[in-house]
Order: sequence, then C-alpha cells, then structure tokens
Amino acid sequence: MMIDFNSAIPSGPVEDKWSNHLEHVNLVGPRNRPSYDIIVVGTGLAGASAASSLAAQGYRVHVFIYHDTPRRAHSIAAQGGINACKNYREDGDSVHRLFYDTQKGGDFRSREANVYRLAQNSTAIIDQCVAQGVPFAREYGGMLANRSFGGVLVERTFYCRGQTGQQLLLGAYQSLQKEIDQGRVILHSRCEMLDLVKVEGRARGIIYRDMVSGEIRSAAGEAVVLATGGYGAAYFNSTNAINSNGTAIWRAHRRGAAFANPSFVQIHPTCIPVSGDYQSKLTLMSESLRNDGRVWVPRKKDETRKPGDIPESERYYYLEERYPTFGNLVPRDVASRAAKVVCDEGYGMGESGYSVFLDFRDAIKHQGQSTIAEKYGNLFNMYEEITGESPYQQPFRIYPAVHYCMGGLWVDYNLQTTIPGLYAIGEANFSDHGANRLGASSLMQCLADGYFILPQTIGDGLQPMFRDKVDTSHPEFAKTTAEVKDRINRVMSIQGDSTPLSIHKRLGKQLWNHCGMSRNASDLKGAIDQIDGLQSEFWNNLKITGSADDINPTLERAMRVADFLEIGSLMCRDALTRDESCGCHFREEHQNAEGEVLRNDGDFAHVAAWEWKDEDTQQVRHEEALEFDAIQPATRSYK
Amino acid sequence: MSQDHDQKTITVSVRVWRQAQGEKGGRFVEYEVADTPLEASFLEMLDILNESLVEKGEDPIAFESDCREGICGTCCLVVDGLPHGPSQCTTCQLQMRNFEPEAKITIEPFSTGAFPVIKDLIVDRSSLDRVIQAGGYITVHSGPKPEPNSVPIEHEIMEDALDASACIGCGACVAACPNGSASLFTSAKIHHLALLPQGQPERNTRVKKMVEAMDDEGFGSCRNYAECQASCPKGISIKYIGRMNSDYIKATVLDTDRRGSMHAT
Repeated sequence: MMIDFNSAIPSGPVEDKWSNHLEHVNLVGPRNRPSYDIIVVGTGLAGASAASSLAAQGYRVHVFIYHDTPRRAHSIAAQGGINACKNYREDGDSVHRLFYDTQKGGDFRSREANVYRLAQNSTAIIDQCVAQGVPFAREYGGMLANRSFGGVLVERTFYCRGQTGQQLLLGAYQSLQKEIDQGRVILHSRCEMLDLVKVEGRARGIIYRDMVSGEIRSAAGEAVVLATGGYGAAYFNSTNAINSNGTAIWRAHRRGAAFANPSFVQIHPTCIPVSGDYQSKLTLMSESLRNDGRVWVPRKKDETRKPGDIPESERYYYLEERYPTFGNLVPRDVASRAAKVVCDEGYGMGESGYSVFLDFRDAIKHQGQSTIAEKYGNLFNMYEEITGESPYQQPFRIYPAVHYCMGGLWVDYNLQTTIPGLYAIGEANFSDHGANRLGASSLMQCLADGYFILPQTIGDGLQPMFRDKVDTSHPEFAKTTAEVKDRINRVMSIQGDSTPLSIHKRLGKQLWNHCGMSRNASDLKGAIDQIDGLQSEFWNNLKITGSADDINPTLERAMRVADFLEIGSLMCRDALTRDESCGCHFREEHQNAEGEVLRNDGDFAHVAAWEWKDEDTQQVRHEEALEFDAIQPATRSYK
Repeated sequence: MSQDHDQKTITVSVRVWRQAQGEKGGRFVEYEVADTPLEASFLEMLDILNESLVEKGEDPIAFESDCREGICGTCCLVVDGLPHGPSQCTTCQLQMRNFEPEAKITIEPFSTGAFPVIKDLIVDRSSLDRVIQAGGYITVHSGPKPEPNSVPIEHEIMEDALDASACIGCGACVAACPNGSASLFTSAKIHHLALLPQGQPERNTRVKKMVEAMDDEGFGSCRNYAECQASCPKGISIKYIGRMNSDYIKATVLDTDRRGSMHAT
C-alpha cells in the first residue's frame, strides 16, 4: 500500500494559511462530540492539554499513561521557559521574528507553514496559562517578566524560576483532573501502550499492558493521539526520564506511520557531565543559565589550578570569541559542538577531560548573589546536591548530553500521521523544529499542539466516521492482542545471560559515539553492524527474571530496549543517507574551513520519511520536499 | 561526609521491605551492596543491587522513579525512618557520598492508610489525584483570553504562589505525618490558587470540596506535628495549612445558592 504523503498545507500566503484552514475545516457539532471516543496516550504538556481541551469540547477521552499520575510526565522537568512573541519588551519581536528565528534555528529543515502557525499561536498559550493560574514570574510593577534564550536577539521567554515545565504541566494536569472529575476523561494509569490496532486502514485502538497485573488489554476509539514524547533514551544516557521510551511511536511506525528525520536529535550543551558506568541519567542545567553565565576553558592544556585562580587573560571564552554577536547564547547545536571541539583538543576539565566551565563570577559581582539566586536558585541548589560543589563559589562544570528529538512521526498540517485517525503531537511528531530546536520552544510547541491545533483539526478527520463505531470485539483487536502476547512470550522465554540494561547501555554507546554530535559515513556503517549484533544478542541471549503477570520492571525495560534497537538502527541509516550537514546533524565530510556545518539545499532540502515494510525488508526512504516562500534559506551564522 | 577523599567506593548493607502483590504483609530482606561508587546516587545504588539480582535470577526490588532530578515526584522511599531520607530532597537526589562506609540502611515504602502498598516499595498515591480532582484547578476553556498584563499581580504575591505550587505531589508529607494527613499537600494547592485573582471565582467551593475529598480518601487530620514541613523536599511551609483552615471556615459559613456555588450573604 502506498503511503499518503499529502501534507495538506493550505494554499495562500504563509500568514493566512492557519486562518484560512480554520474557516474551511470540517467540524463535529457539540451534540455529536460525546459519541466519539478519542484515545490519548501520554499526559505531558501535549497530551494533557489535548486531552483536557478535547474533553472540554465534549469528546469522550480515554487517557493512557505508564505513570501513576498524569503529573509525572517528563515535561515536568523542563526548566528555563516558554517562548511567545508578546513583544512586551518592545525589542523588535513579532510573529514573523519568532517564525524566522525558529526556521533559522532549525537550519531550514522544517515546514514553513507549521512553524508560522506555531509562532502565531504562541501568544495565546501565555494567555491560556495565566488564566489557569500558572505563576509566571512578574516584575515589581506586576507585569510579566521575560528572559532570553539561545539563538535569538530578543527577550521573549516567560518563566517560573527554573521550573517552568512543572508549572505549565500542573496547569494542564489540573484542567485534566477537572475533566476526570466531570467524567469526560477516563484515566488509565500504569498502563503502557504496546501496539496500535488498525481496522480497514484506519487507527481504531490500542493494545496495552496493565503494568500491575500484567494483563494485556485493548481500547477502541475513533481516533488515537500519541503524545508520548521522544526516543532520546535510546542513547541510554540522556536527560530523559528513566521510563521515557519510543515504543508507542515505534509500534505505530511498524503499523504504517512514516517516521521522519529520525537522526535529528538534540544534544544539549549544559548538562552535568557523566561520571561513571553506573550512571542512570544525565541532569540538564537550564539553557537560561547562559543568560548570565559565561562559558570558558583554560587556554593552557592540562591546567591544574582551581578555576578561581586562573586569571582573565588565561581564560578562553570560546563562544564569545567565536560568535561575538550571539556569544554565550548561540543555539544548542552550535554550543554543544564547540564544547566537544575544545575538549577533543585537550582543553576540557575534570577527570575525563570532558567538561567545560559555566561561570557566574561576573554575574554575581555585577548583579549580587540575591538577584542570581532569585533567577536560578533551584538550579544552583540542584547542581550542588548532585555534585557537592556550589556554583556560587566556583563555576558549574558542564558537558553536552542527549536531550530532545526533533525527529518523530511524520504528520500533515492537521497533525495526522500517514495512518488515518492516528495523530502525533508534541515531541512525538517531527514537524516544527527542523534540524535543531531553539530553547524554550518545546513547551511552546507541545501546548500549541494540545490546546489550539489538534482540538481544531481533529474534527476534520472524524466527520465521515459519524456513528461508524468499532469496538474491541472486532477481530483485528483479537489478532493484534495475540501478536503482542506472542512477543512478550518470546521475550520471556529466551532465558539467556544478557540483561536488558546491559544491552541498552551498549546500544547507547554506539549511538553516542557514532550518531551523536559528530558523524561520518564509515562510523555510521560500523554502528549499524554493531546494532545488528546487539539485536541478535537480544533475541537469542536475553535474561529476564520474574513473571509477565506481575509488576516486572525488567520485562518493561526489555520491551522498550527491543524497540530502541530498531530505532537506533534507523537513526544511523537516516544519518548515513543524509549526506550533508545541517543543524544537529554534523557530518564530518561536510564542513567549511571554520568547522561550521555545510548544508546542501540542492539535494537535501527535504524531510526524510521512512516507511516500514515488513520484518525482512528494510524501511523505504521517502522525501517530502520543503518549500520556502516566506524566507529563503541562507547560511546560518551566529557570528 | 566523612569519606576519605581517596576512597572511590562504599560498601553498604540495606534492609529492604519486600511484599508480594496481593499479600497483606511483607518482610525485611537484607542485601549487601559492595563497592558502590561514591559518586552514585542512592537510587543508582539500588539499580546496581537490582542488576545483580537479575543476573542471579532473582526478582529485583520493585521501586519507582522517573525523572531522577527531583521534580516529577515519582520516587518515594522511606530511608532510615525518614521519607526521602536524611537530606531535605527527593529520594533520587540522595547521594551515596552522604552515607558512612559499612552503613546499614533501612528502606521502606511510603505506606500509610491512604497509600496502600502495591508491591515491595511501590505504593498507590492516586488518592492525592482525587483531592485535586475535587477542585484543585481553575476552570477555563482553550478559547481566547484577556491580555495577561491587564491584571497586574504583585511580584511578591507571585513568588509566594510559586513557593506553594512548587509541590511535586510526592506524598512525603503524608508519609511523615503520624496521622497520615494530606493537609500540607492540599493546602499548598489551595494557597497557590487563592492568592491569584484568577482563582477567586471558585475559591470557596474549591476549599470546601478539596478538604472534604481529603477526608473521604482516608487521610488523617492535622495535629500540628509539623513533620510534613520537615520532610518536604520542596520546603513547603505549614503556614499554608492555616490559610486552608481559615478559608474552609469562611466557606462553610457562606450560603450555598441554587447552583451550588457560594456567595457572601
């Protein structure tokens, strides 16, 4: 069956597309909405905002989460802020400026129409969240405060200390709780989606495992919305949560949803460095710290003095020197690569030689410790709790870590995947960030998708389905359930010697070393072979204890690692076939004399969308050409 | 903190509460965790122990965690008798360098009447969700809203609201309370929303419904032990309980109109 790659972008100038679309989109009337069941998987910012908005409109919403409560989703950990072009500072911000920054930030590898719509919806998000009681920082006059993030020259970031994600998620979570209380949302907690059910080509439900009883169950609906986040935990060490995984989107991919730009993974420049093999996660230090902190390494290799003893003239503020216009606030891909370069050259600090300083000495001197504490206090405390060192006394030591996936399920303008009735929102889709996401834009995208876009576009696909109900007694549900049970039995019955954790760690090393901040064809080919080997080790020598009918964290991890192995392999193949550099995707073969990325718009100004064939056939790569009407792609410079 | 700087690892023994699903009671099982890196976190020490149990073919200890950066509120262990252990942080932020070599550490679940044990160290805290469902929100739809700067809010009030809404819903306050009261959790949400102009229309119904939900869920009543504040990883203050009580009394003496919401008479 051919995949339908119609992106359904409305005609007309970019600034009118969304309003034109809304005028012509098919709607479901308020009286009919309660007869539609909509399944939402995941309750991060995208899932919780979509579920609560759809329920408030009158749809019957079934929410599935593997957490115990919707408030645990990893959006909660977002720290620094959320962008919106309110132009409160009168510093030249506008919808067009936010659109331009995001397009340029993504190195011209995202869809213009989607990015423009995101910028248009950004201001309403702030209005919505303030109305919900989200406590955004206020100035002394009572007006909303702003700060700045990487890759932009305006102050458009709204924040709640270093816990913006938490406060935004609590706003969405509270709205969701209200809908649960009203009976319009049915919550299924501790339930992990393991497959998608299609009936006559359309998404009609999911198969999930009750993680307490181990029971395999199914749920049916007229639409399925995946808001399950990214697959960055494939790298094992990442800033993702321990349970973050790619299973829901990967299973949907295997049922026919195209997977777009899988190799576009953001490596965040400011994280607490890796300290050992036992380490279970890497902790992010918000990008907002680069507003006032200065990044440097000693000019001398093998420096042994304490940072405070190194005089100004012997400090290499490499971001300020290399990128005078943006300085410490260059975008994440640029800052990460620069950190890797100075450490590879031997200027890095710490035992491993892989960390750089982020220094607040000057900011504390100029602004006072109490001002800095008010802006970043919880981040300073978090760092001190983990490392035992106080950033008030000595610089943070930081190094890049895997953080966010720009790639994800391919979606059209309505946020529908290539499977009719299946939608992907938030980090789970690919649409808005191209080859690099700007800081404080993921929260914006999640909430734009969930509060404003999906609730207005989902009706378009539901219209022809009125009263065409399918329930879980349909034979397709029994068939898919049997396949899921077979898979679990297969995993449980291997009884070999390798734990899922050990295989996951080895997969992570392959991806980090060969599909991370710097990539080349020969390493990528090697990684694909190594991952093949890990896959065969997984399916022939896996060790799991306990039973499938009980709480079994080893089994949960095994099921996720099985999918990470397949995702990892596709990431490497995508990185290999994209024979150019762009944004986060730095192919060593394609760089200019200064070591900056060299894009190839002639051959690669497209989205790579991969189509699953079957177990024995490799995925097929399709191209969706990107059209640039409003902004012509230019060399991306932050100098 | 008394570690020798040259020493890179620590050996500890842990007494862990093990309880099979569906069983009423459980028992402590002792394990030795040798050569744990000092740089490891407390939960990473348990990861190391679990990995060794899986390698030996034994059932690993069931415990929950997710973000491992102290913000999601998933992790919930009682360490040496204290919810989240001796430091004022979440369990996931506890570090092994804060334990003595050869330490004997006791690990139990956050178990109280309203938090039944599911397995080993995993408890069911959905009762906290139901307290929020009763009224811990401001009712809004996703349509157009007034311009936020049209309603200025004082800096200090916003900071106070943010102090209250910093609650991560971990339930340490309940686990620490001799009465198993959820007053700190509930009052923090009530205080956050009552401070803001947006929270005023539902203020009276909210406090009434949330306090009643708290009682219905089987949480105990507050007797001012203040153990909750001492164990809160986010430093939530018990002064919010006073606010909740005064708002609750006000709400109960107000008349209920025919739609169920309350106005001053």
